[in-house]
Amino acid sequence: MSKKISILIVDDEDSVRDSLYNWFIEDGYRVECAENAKKALQILESEDFDIVLADIKMPGMDGLEMLRRIKTLRKDSIVIVMTAFATVDTAVQALKDGAFDYVTKPFDPDDLSHLIRNASKLISLAEENEVLREKVVALDNTEDLIGNSEAMRLVLKEVESVAQSNSSVIITGESGTGKELIAKVIHANSPRKYFPFVIVHCGALSESLLESELFGHEKGAFTGAMYNRKGRFEMADSGSIFLDEISTISTKMQVELLRVLQSKSFVRVGGNKEITSDFRVICATNRDLKSMVDEGSFREDLYYRLNVVNINIPPLRERTDDIPLLVDYFIKKYCTSMNRPPISIDPAALQRLQEFKFPGNIRELENMIERAIVIGNGRKITLKDLPLEKNVVGSSFESLDDLEKNHIHQILTKYSWNISRAAKALDVDRVTLYNKIKKYDLKPAL
Amino acid sequence: MSLQDIALVSFGYFENEFLEKVAGEISRDFQFQVRIKEGHMDLSEFYDPARRQYNGNSLLKEVDSRFGGDSLKTFGLFNVDLFIPILTYIFGQAFLNGRSGIASVYRLSNERYGMKLDEKLLLDRTVKEVVHELGHTFGLLHCHNPSCVMRSSTYVEDIDQKNTGLCSACRSKIDFLNL
Ligand SMILES: [Zn+2]
Ligand SMILES: [Zn+2]
Repeated sequence: MSKKISILIVDDEDSVRDSLYNWFIEDGYRVECAENAKKALQILESEDFDIVLADIKMPGMDGLEMLRRIKTLRKDSIVIVMTAFATVDTAVQALKDGAFDYVTKPFDPDDLSHLIRNASKLISLAEENEVLREKVVALDNTEDLIGNSEAMRLVLKEVESVAQSNSSVIITGESGTGKELIAKVIHANSPRKYFPFVIVHCGALSESLLESELFGHEKGAFTGAMYNRKGRFEMADSGSIFLDEISTISTKMQVELLRVLQSKSFVRVGGNKEITSDFRVICATNRDLKSMVDEGSFREDLYYRLNVVNINIPPLRERTDDIPLLVDYFIKKYCTSMNRPPISIDPAALQRLQEFKFPGNIRELENMIERAIVIGNGRKITLKDLPLEKNVVGSSFESLDDLEKNHIHQILTKYSWNISRAAKALDVDRVTLYNKIKKYDLKPAL
Repeated sequence: MSLQDIALVSFGYFENEFLEKVAGEISRDFQFQVRIKEGHMDLSEFYDPARRQYNGNSLLKEVDSRFGGDSLKTFGLFNVDLFIPILTYIFGQAFLNGRSGIASVYRLSNERYGMKLDEKLLLDRTVKEVVHELGHTFGLLHCHNPSCVMRSSTYVEDIDQKNTGLCSACRSKIDFLNL
């Protein structure tokens, strides 16, 4: 969509023209209006429009006649007709006469954007392909992706090469390494970037909620469903869907997911209409899916369908070179949001941060800096502002599991075993936290 | 009265705490003071019995002419179902580059979609919707950044996908205006 798409609105009703005009202008289109067919044809003689959106029923020359004349003027012009309920027959006639599509007034905001999106896609397809072929890829939207270390540069290289393709991607890495951020960057640098990037935190939802979340539901599908609800797959049409914590989905959902990935179509809960959607899947997991396949808890066919490309994000302790950059970035971020002048960090404190193992990775570092700014003296972050007493590299030979166990225990204690808050602080969902508690057999102190 | 603040005018019942939170977020995003006012007007004349909804075009004009002018921007917050003639519903709308906007919490509540009431989520969605429409009054168009509040949303679920704030590109456009 490198050039601005232009739309001509033809309708005899002021309020309709105004409403549509505002709607499209806010969406960044170039828009003009005509109050009747004669005026529209006049405008079209001197100026090209990519899309003409015209009411069928207008005094004087009607929309159908206008459509035929536009088509003789410019055979490939895209005309969309608008009709009131009673005139669906004429709409069908319009399609026969070469209209691109029709909408029944009043329309769902979503139908309108869908329609225009489809039309724009057609217009910009050839052009876009041309641009893509020539573009020397440099990543966009990476402002929040901090890191200059060799490890991070490798990740970015992979991101760059996979972004342009349509392949499914699995992003692996410990919690807090920024998997969602990487997924966003992949999307933002893909040909799908102008379309939605939809996030689903699979681990946070029960099976039935996840089902309704992914597939949507029809009005009345269950008590209290007053409106249709669009599912995430539908929302991700033409864009990407990010399935976080994919390892947590049930066997039943694995089957359904596989089916959707194969057919790219599904029905809403309580509905019977087949809905198709064109989306790219990006998943993330902090568990080893391959070993889950081996033990039989994750479907092998689904695994291979999802795991076309794997990007592994290294833990923070393997990219300590990035810590000063990250610290700088978080200081700026939190000082700005708290409306404080930027502060510095004591070199000794920075040194200790670089030696710390960070089981919670970047998220943990971020929390530490935020906290240090809140509790500190407002000029400089010093060692005593940082909770670094334990787990320093070299000070112990604890295994990663031990570190994780201790860390989780600390956080749970800090939040008095409030699972939701602790899970939030650890940047994992509640299910994951429960599993860890079970795994390490953690219990609140009596 | 000051042309350097934003007026948040509520129509219908809202908890004070809710309005204050919304105001706080707006103020943080746009760096203007936000005044909360209670608006009184008879909504029945904006009611369309055939559609059983309230006309968003007329309401926006009314808010602009009756409540606008005292502040740099005036924002009307409603709790009724809004429509504009061409669309089945809207969450809100605003005058692009103008001084007024409106939004309604009606379709932002989870309960409307058969799910549990979630006050935090309702507040989040309201803030995003208000900031979005105010963004239009500051001249911002829709943004393609998936997490930017200026991304257009037609379903509540779309709203949940974005942040409450402006992306850096949109931010800099506003900062530029404020210079
Ligand atoms: Zn908008
Ligand atoms: Zn933006």
